[in-house]
Parts: sequence; C-alpha cells; structure tokens
Amino acid sequence: MLIAVGSLAVMGLALGGLLGTAARYLAVEENPVEGQLKEMLPGSQCGQCGYVGCGQAAAALATGQAPVTLCPPGGKALAEALAARLGVKVDLSALTDTGPQLALVAEEICIGCCRCLKTCPTDAIVGAAKQIHNVIREACTGCGACIDNCPTEAMSMVPVAVSLQHWIWPKPASATA
Amino acid sequence: MNHSMDTPVAAPHTTTTNSAGRVMASVMAALAPATLFGFWLYGWPAVYLWLITVSFAMLGEAFCLRLTGRQAIPVLFDGSALLTGWLLAVSLPPWAPWWIGAFGGLFATVLGKQVFGGLGQNLFNPAMVARVALLISFPLQMTAWVAPLPLFSAAAPGLIDGLRITLTGAPPGFDAVASASLLGFAKTEMSRGLDLLQSLAQAPVPGWYGSHPGSMGETAALLIAAGGAAMMMLRLISWHIPFAMLAGIAVPAAILHAVDPARYLDAGTHLLSGGAMLGAFFIATDYVTSPNTPRGQLIFGAGCGLLTWVIRTWAGYPEGVAFAVLLMNSLTPIIDSYVKPRIYGRDRKGVALEPVK
Amino acid sequence: MGLFERIFKEPRWGVHPDDHKRPAADVPLRLLPPPARVYMPLHQHVGGAARPVVLAGQKVLKGQLLAEPQGNISAPIHAPVSGTVAAIGEVTAPHPSGLGFAAITLDSDFEDRWIDTARVADPFSLDPAEIVRLTAAAGVVGLGGATFPAAVKFVLGKRLAVKSLIVNGGECEPYLSSDDRIMRDHAGQVVDGARIVMHAIGAIEALVGIEDNKPEAIAAMRIAAAPFPEVKIMPVPARYPMGSDKQLIQTLTGKEVPADARAAEVGVLVHNVSTCAAVHTAVRLGRPLVERIVTINGGAVAKPGNIFAPLGTLVEELLAFCGLKETPSRLILGGPMMGTPLLHGRIPLVKGASGILAFDAGEALVPAAGPCIRCGGCTRACPMGLLPLEMAARIRTGDLDGAAGFHLTDCIACGCCAYVCPAHIPLVQYFSHAKGELSARQRARLRSDAAKRLAEARIVRLEREAKEKAEVAARRKAERKAAKAAAAAAAAAAQPEGETV
Repeated sequence: MLIAVGSLAVMGLALGGLLGTAARYLAVEENPVEGQLKEMLPGSQCGQCGYVGCGQAAAALATGQAPVTLCPPGGKALAEALAARLGVKVDLSALTDTGPQLALVAEEICIGCCRCLKTCPTDAIVGAAKQIHNVIREACTGCGACIDNCPTEAMSMVPVAVSLQHWIWPKPASATA
Repeated sequence: MNHSMDTPVAAPHTTTTNSAGRVMASVMAALAPATLFGFWLYGWPAVYLWLITVSFAMLGEAFCLRLTGRQAIPVLFDGSALLTGWLLAVSLPPWAPWWIGAFGGLFATVLGKQVFGGLGQNLFNPAMVARVALLISFPLQMTAWVAPLPLFSAAAPGLIDGLRITLTGAPPGFDAVASASLLGFAKTEMSRGLDLLQSLAQAPVPGWYGSHPGSMGETAALLIAAGGAAMMMLRLISWHIPFAMLAGIAVPAAILHAVDPARYLDAGTHLLSGGAMLGAFFIATDYVTSPNTPRGQLIFGAGCGLLTWVIRTWAGYPEGVAFAVLLMNSLTPIIDSYVKPRIYGRDRKGVALEPVK
Repeated sequence: MGLFERIFKEPRWGVHPDDHKRPAADVPLRLLPPPARVYMPLHQHVGGAARPVVLAGQKVLKGQLLAEPQGNISAPIHAPVSGTVAAIGEVTAPHPSGLGFAAITLDSDFEDRWIDTARVADPFSLDPAEIVRLTAAAGVVGLGGATFPAAVKFVLGKRLAVKSLIVNGGECEPYLSSDDRIMRDHAGQVVDGARIVMHAIGAIEALVGIEDNKPEAIAAMRIAAAPFPEVKIMPVPARYPMGSDKQLIQTLTGKEVPADARAAEVGVLVHNVSTCAAVHTAVRLGRPLVERIVTINGGAVAKPGNIFAPLGTLVEELLAFCGLKETPSRLILGGPMMGTPLLHGRIPLVKGASGILAFDAGEALVPAAGPCIRCGGCTRACPMGLLPLEMAARIRTGDLDGAAGFHLTDCIACGCCAYVCPAHIPLVQYFSHAKGELSARQRARLRSDAAKRLAEARIVRLEREAKEKAEVAARRKAERKAAKAAAAAAAAAAQPEGETV
C-alpha cells in the first residue's frame, strides 16, 4: 500500500517537475501566431480597426483583445479566416458585410486640394493641386481613410457591382446534406 | 417544391425517380421472404417480437425527432427506422421476451442513430449496436434459441399462447427444445474438451432450408442470400462487400479445417450458420456505415469476414458478426480517407498524369 | 443483359437519364422568319468581348461585321439580319444571375440581304493559316456549348501536331437534338467541315463519335463519309456525359487527358459536329456564323422541334414560334443536365445555345432535399472519379479548402451526381458555389497582396521623400552656410583692404 502510494507520489513529482522545466526552457518568446495574423491582414495600415496599423491589430488579435471581425476592408472572408486560424467560433451571420467597396470622387465637387491622396495608404488616388482627383480602381482597397479628409465631401464609398464573371451561386439553403 | 422563375434553380434540371424511401422499401422487400419464412418456422412469438421491435425502433426515432423539434412523420416515412428495427428483429432469438425487442428497438434508433444526428450521420450500424448492447446486458435471453416449431404444426404455440411466450418470457407448457445454435453448441462442446469430430455427430445439422435453431435471419440462409442477389440485381448494393465478407469467413475456415478438422469448423458450416448471410448481404452493406469505393468495400468486407471467423473461433462468444461489423464500422472513415477512387487524369495519389501522345 | 453482367459489370461512370429526344428530333427542321428585332451580344464566346465597329443608325447587311475581336482569345460578331443598328446597349445575359451585358440591337428590314462573300472552291489548296484566318473572321466558336473560338484551337492543334480530330456528335444531353438534326440533314457539310479542320490542324484522321441512340444520324454520316476513309464514323454507347470531351476522347481512343492539361497534349482535338458545319460554311461560302440550329423542347412546348434561327432572336419569340401549351414553369438554355436556368424569355439566342427548354410544372418540380444516406451513388456516377458526397459535406460546413483537397476543381459540373442522388441534394450547386467562392477568395488574396505591396511602396516613397527633403534642406543649409562663410571671408578679405585704404 505504502509502496504504491509512494511510487505514485514520486512519479507525480518527477513528471510534474519535468513538465515545469520543459515549460521554462522550451517557452516560445514571441507569440508565433501574431506574425501569421499580420500576414493575413490587408497590411494597408488604414487604421479603421482603431489600432495604429495592421501589426498592432495582429497583436491585439493574438492576445484576444480584439474580435476577429475588426477589419472592415477584410470583410467576412477575412473574419472567417482569422476565426479559423485562432480556433474561435464566431457568429458571422450578424456581420453585415457590405461586400467590396471602392472610393469614388464626385468630380463636380472635388476642388483639387490633394488631402485625400496624402492619406491614401496605397497611393490609389491620383491628382494634383487644383486638378480633379481620380481613384485607381485596381489599387483602392476600400478602406475609406480618404472620406474623412475631404473638405467638400466629394469622396464616397460605392459597392463594387457584381459582374457576370464574378457572380457566385448561393450555397444551397437546405440544412441537410 | 415548386420554385418561382425569379430564383434560379441549379442544374441538373432533371433527377432520378429514386429516393431514400424507395431504397429502404426495396431493401425491406428483399428481406421480406426470409422474414416470412422465419414467421412460419418460429410461429406467433416471432411475429410478436418483430412487431414490438419495429414499433419501438420507430417510437425511439419519433421521440428523438420531437426532442430536436423536427417533424417526425415525414422522416419516419423514409423507412430507415423501420428497416433498422426489422434487421434487429431478425437477428434476435425468435422467442425472446418482449422487453428484449423493446429495449433493442429503442437502443437501435436512439443510441445507435439519433444521438449521432440522425439518418446518415451514425458511425455504427444501429441494429448491430442494439444487438451487441442486448447481448452484453442480457446474455441469457439473447442465447436462448429454440428449435423451429412451424406454424400450425401440432406442437406450435397458437395465437394466444404465442403472445404469452413473448410477454412472460418462459415458455410454460411447451416442450420447445431450448437448444443452442450450432455455433454455440460447438463452442460449448469444445470447452468441455470434446473435439468437433465427436460433438458434431449429434449436432443439429445446418441446412439451406433452415431446420436448425437460430434467429430468423440465420435459419433462412438461402432466402437471405436470394434477397441479397436480388438487391445486387437491382444495383442497390454492389457485390463487393458480400463477396469479400463471405470469402473472409470461408477462406480461413477452409484452410484451418483442412489442417485440423477436429478443432475447426468447415467453411460451409460457417457460412450457413449464425449471422453470416444476414451480415454479408444486409448488415455490412449498410450504406451509412460502410466505405464508398469498391476497393474500400472489399477491404471492409474482408475485414468483417475475417473478424467474424476469428471471434467465432477463438473468442468467448459463439457468434461474431455483430462485433466484427461494429469494429469495421469504426474503421470506415479511415478506409474512406485512404482508399479513394482514381480521379480521371490523375494517378491514385492525385498527381496529374503525364501526357501520352 | 445476363445476371452476371448485371451484378459484376457495372459501367464505370455516367448515368442513363430518359432522353426525351423524340419526337422533337424527328420533326423536320423549320426556318424562323427574320424577327423584327435582334439583340446581338458582344460576348458570346470564351475570352475578351468584341468591340463594336458600327454606329447606331447605320444600315447593315446580313453577315456584316458588327464588332471585332479584342485580345488573343476573342471572336467577332456579325449581323444576323439585314437592317439598321438601333442601339448599342444592354440585354439580359443567358446566365442564372439575370444580369445584363452589352449587345447591339438591330432592327430588321425583313429583306435578309447578305453581304457579298468570297467563295472558296477548293479549301484544301489553301494554306492552313488561311483557313485559320477565314474561320476566325467568321466568328466560329465551339457550338457544343463551350464557345471557345475555333480558330484559336486550330492554331493550338497545329502547334502541338495533333494526329486525330475528334468530331463530337455525342449529344448526350436529354431533350436536345440540334446536333442530331445537323447530322441527318447536313451530313455532307459536317464531313466536309471536319476535313477542312483536319487540313487546318494537319490531322491524319477524323473520328466521329455518335451516340448509338441516333441511328439515322449514324446512317447519314456513314453515307457522307463513305468517299473519305480518313473520316471514321464511330458509334458510341449512349451514356451521359458521353459528349464531354474527356469522356469521348477516352471512349474513342483510350487516351486519358491529364489533369490541368489540354486534349491537344495527348494528340487529339475535339470539335463539335455543328462547329464543323459552321467551318464548312465559313470557308466554302465565306459566310460568318450568324444563325444556328436550336432545339425547342420541353413539356410546355406545343410543337417541339429544331429551328434554324438567326442569332440574337429572343427566347420568347422562339417559344412563340413553336407555340406554348402552358406558361413554362422553368426556362433552360442548353440541356437539362448542365443547362443554364433563364429567369425570363427576353434573352437572346447566343452562339453556344444548342437548345431552349420550356418545362411544364411536372418537369420543373424540385424534390425536397433530404439527408445524405451515403449510398455512394454519386461516386459511382461521377465520370471524373471524384467523391461528390465528401465534397458536399465539407462545403456545407464551410470547409471549402477541405473540399478543394478532394480535387473539386476537376469537377466538370456534368450533374451526374445530383441526378442519381436519392436524397436529391443539389450537389452541383454546392460545387458551383464553392468554385465561385474559392476563386473569389483567390482574387481577394491577390488584391490584398497587391495592396500590401502598394502600402509598402508608399512607406518607402514617404521615407525616400523625407530623406530627400532632409538632404535638400541639409544641402541648402550647407550652401547657405558656405555662402555665408564665403561672404564673411570676402568681407574679411575686403575689410583689411578697406582698412588699408
């Protein structure tokens, strides 16, 4: 009896000690998830999530301080990917995904002040002083950073229209398969 | 469902007239001759037991569907609960007391199927889950076989007596020979130190026509096999699982019987007794719990057969089909993930072929 | 079929739906009189949309060029009737979305006057490149439904030294009989077109695969091909999807097209029988592709059959020509297995449309989907050897990458799996959804990578600008300092002089 209890106790102590030592010596200094999350984020440093840049947002995500739905430009797809990477379950049905959007300059209002093109994180707006500005569709990430800087409210976000080529069959509605 | 033209319906715009319910109905039709023959052989108690088992299986299904807030009636009409109860019923001792059937039926659909999420989601064959649960819980009742007493024969119990047998269990005035099945008999005699050559001389002779004790699905081996052949004709099942399973039993049995006939039963006896035929054609071929590819089905069937023979020969239980099928059920996802059909234009590993001019 | 074959010789792939081809296939071909107005879409083919070369109000003759090809893979569009260009605008596309696309609207003058065309008496004396040019200029695309520009395929076939031309007369889709009809009525054109294609690509034989449910077509083609031993008429078993390129190639030659490769890489090129006839018309008569045979069929059609109609004709006019017994419950462009559902009838006939089906209420009934019973029917039916049930189960739970791991991209969307499914699960819709979603994600990923590069480039630019500014400032400062020092030095140098003065 004593031998049994004793041997179990010794084993427990030994294994516990081993685990403790391993935890100390094999500890990973930096959170490796953070880097991967940063890779997944758009990287345009638009700041819509409330953090200074994508790196800070990734750090907040990794430590669980920010929800996976934090990134508006990433939309639903990114939220899904982040949730999958972090292994968290999140109800995305509530997330109103406006879909991809692009910035648009209302040419009759634009005064050519150049403020929007200075704030654009991807240099997607071209223009010069006193000239009407324009958005390069291919470069715009739809982050909306330019909107607030326009003194004449000439900037707006418009959803990208669904095209024949990019239309997707909806997922079948049935609950069973 | 009729769609308005405003919402597009994806192709194909035509579909087979087949349905899950029709598949189940066809399987039942294939099982019916053997069952009716069993009713005739074992009389009214068998009929009552079948009714009770089937009813409780459907009751269990309906209860679970209610619990999850689904409409019970349309789902019950797909016939899968009925078939599960039916398969369980024909694997039970025909004169077993009513509560065996009741427990079994509930076990089968509630624990065997609905806890996994219902039709198509279960890992294990529901009928075999119930049979094994019963066998382990009530070994006495589950191994009390009777010799056939055909309906309307002098010794057979009538309508009322039959009901009494089913409800109170012990057959009172009937000298129905409570005997062991052939496999059980052989096992017992072996454990008594008698070798097969001596013991089989007095054993009940197995026959295609089913005159030896056993479950309904055991004694009517010929009709079961005929039902299986009919299902293969209708392409409800392919030949792979039945063939592989029967071969898996017969091949090792034949080899070892040739080596030492005093210790090992011959292949014919193995195939005709116990649940071999029922298992090969109706149990192991269950769509949900068996692999999807022909090669996977061959592996699965051979595994079922081999394990059946191993359990019968060396393990504590005289019969092993249920255990073998359940064990192989647990391997089905693994078989399915390793054995996949070759994709057109790719090799078996999924790598694109080299162009050949 | 014997018992043994029944049990042990199961076909390796495909399904055998009721073909519903007759009586429509046996009705003689009817001609549609030129409609008052046609809508000629600019994008009726794989590749870039054509660019209009006509102006609104301009008079055009039948066969006149309306729009020229744009890009390497594209095809021109010609006027299907003579008349006036009414507008260059939009029309609803034959697409499940019901979205619109660009089209040229023509008002017919009902005269049907052709432009002058140059006839070629002996196409076999022409240089193959000239045949490619004539075919391209006539806007011939794959008429079986794939709508790949035929001339581009010729060039590919020539470059890869294709030996066998496979002429696809499979027409395995139920209800459709336009290919059947062209083989019965114009077998000579089909055979001649096939020989012209052989000449263009340098093939030594043409294998014409025709499903054995079309005995009249086989007989007519045998007679037409009799003088040409290099054109071999080969009946194939009627089994859907026999008309799919890969399956037909395998049945006729035993060759398997590797995944992600083209048929030409195994030495064969597939062209549809109707495409061959169109090549004949384009090369021999110099007439561009402006009309085609289309099957009008389905339970709601009063007089089903095949119609020779100008492209751009609205579906509703075609249906009206054949008469409707009742309001169709579903309209389909193409066959019932792979066809595109149309939301209404104001959609133009396009080059790739081999049939228009108007289903009655009974045909349009969609059985409610139930749970998968894992019967494996889909797996046995899949001509590509895929596991539809496994892919659908993963897509249902949102695991698209998991589904892609089962080679979802190899799916040809033939519909065999969904056809045989006893639980009536819309498998093809699951796959179409997942393919669309996966490619959208791929696009999003590329876009996000590009955005990342742009953002980084901006940071580099800002840093460079700051540095340059600092450098300029430093230089200015240095210059000023130097100037100041020089001035001071000059002053200092001048002062002593002054002092001395």
